[in-house]
Amino acid sequence: MKEDGMTEPLVACHECDLLQREVPVPRGGVVRCVRCNAVLYRSHPDSFERTLALTAGGIVLFAIANSFPLIGLKIQGQLIETTLFQTVQTLWNEDMKSVGMLVFATTMLMPGLQLAALTYLLLPLRVGRAPAHFAIVYRVMQSVRPWGMVEVFMLGVLVSLVKLAHLAGIVPGAALGAFAVLMFVMAAIAAVFDPRDLWARLAAVESRRHAQRHVHDPHRAGVTS
Amino acid sequence: MTAASAASRGMLVCHACGLLSKAQPHVHEMSCPRCGDHLHFRKPNSIQRSWALLLTAMLLYIPANLLPMMHTSSLFGSQSDTIMSGVVYFWTSGSWYLALIIFFASIMVPLLKMVALMLLLITAQRRSRWQLQQRTRLYRLVEFVGRWSMLDIYVVAVIVALVQLKGLATILPGPGAIAFGAVVVLTMFAAMAFDPRIMWDSLETERG
Repeated sequence: MKEDGMTEPLVACHECDLLQREVPVPRGGVVRCVRCNAVLYRSHPDSFERTLALTAGGIVLFAIANSFPLIGLKIQGQLIETTLFQTVQTLWNEDMKSVGMLVFATTMLMPGLQLAALTYLLLPLRVGRAPAHFAIVYRVMQSVRPWGMVEVFMLGVLVSLVKLAHLAGIVPGAALGAFAVLMFVMAAIAAVFDPRDLWARLAAVESRRHAQRHVHDPHRAGVTS
Repeated sequence: MTAASAASRGMLVCHACGLLSKAQPHVHEMSCPRCGDHLHFRKPNSIQRSWALLLTAMLLYIPANLLPMMHTSSLFGSQSDTIMSGVVYFWTSGSWYLALIIFFASIMVPLLKMVALMLLLITAQRRSRWQLQQRTRLYRLVEFVGRWSMLDIYVVAVIVALVQLKGLATILPGPGAIAFGAVVVLTMFAAMAFDPRIMWDSLETERG
């Protein structure tokens, strides 16, 4: 982004607003604000591919975590199981609609939206296409991020297991394991995802498309950048 | 000091995608040229909005701790559990590590978070230049740690869903859960409304 009067690309810190020169990041390195030490940007080797791979895995885990029972209680030979959505339903029916909605939003809706948005943004770019409404979906993904609380939910399930252990035998369900792994996958996505890389890819794809439109030669192999 | 903020040079950084762009003169509603998000030099009415959310959260913190989170009723009688009685239960029954986790996540974290936000808001309002780096670090900590207070809400949700043996024992959620959930959400919004860049603006104003 070279504008009039600017010879070097600049960045501003999002936490203290200090204007500073953009410096190249070493591979796997982090660039911090010189004044307040906030992370300005970082470079991850293969950030794009890794985010895509983790997202694909996350979707599978998310599906398992939501369709199988989380935990079961064995009381007098009777097995009582609950899925995540059933806990939301119980809260809703017990006239705790606000709490039920909070649980639903933070454990199902927001993580689901985040995974779906990431797939929507990354997958077409991977095959050289720019998805429609890229900017809107990107903003949804960014605003949804702080509200997905899979890791806190996991700890909550563990605490309630200990609380219930004296009441009855506990049968861990398939969703429990899926949730435990999903927790690490979501954390890995947060660590690996690089917005700068994503926007750079979008720009590259768009400029390539633009260039192709102006080339009369129908053989794409002949187009070099 | 040669350090200049982006705002003082008429430049804005986008919160969503990080792009730095030049402000256009005579345009009130600016949006990011790359991702279309609203751009502003500082979050609008940051301090007022943050105070309003924080004060509401502080009020709700009282019922969140005094009202029961769960009602347990069985053939042997019924009891109501607040957050603190849950901590005491775990402590006396030997699971002291769980008692500590719940104590920190549900009682200390919301309390410290509200005190920290208060400190940040008051010092920012007074345009204080005291410990700017540490205060920014405190803000980062508040943003990071807030979500863990949801722990008790999830514990209630899972237990209530599992223990629904009508006639033998039932556990019902109590009104404390609503107040507690509201405290967590409101403090998260209060932290998001606060703009840490306001603290650093104090370096740029001339004051004797």
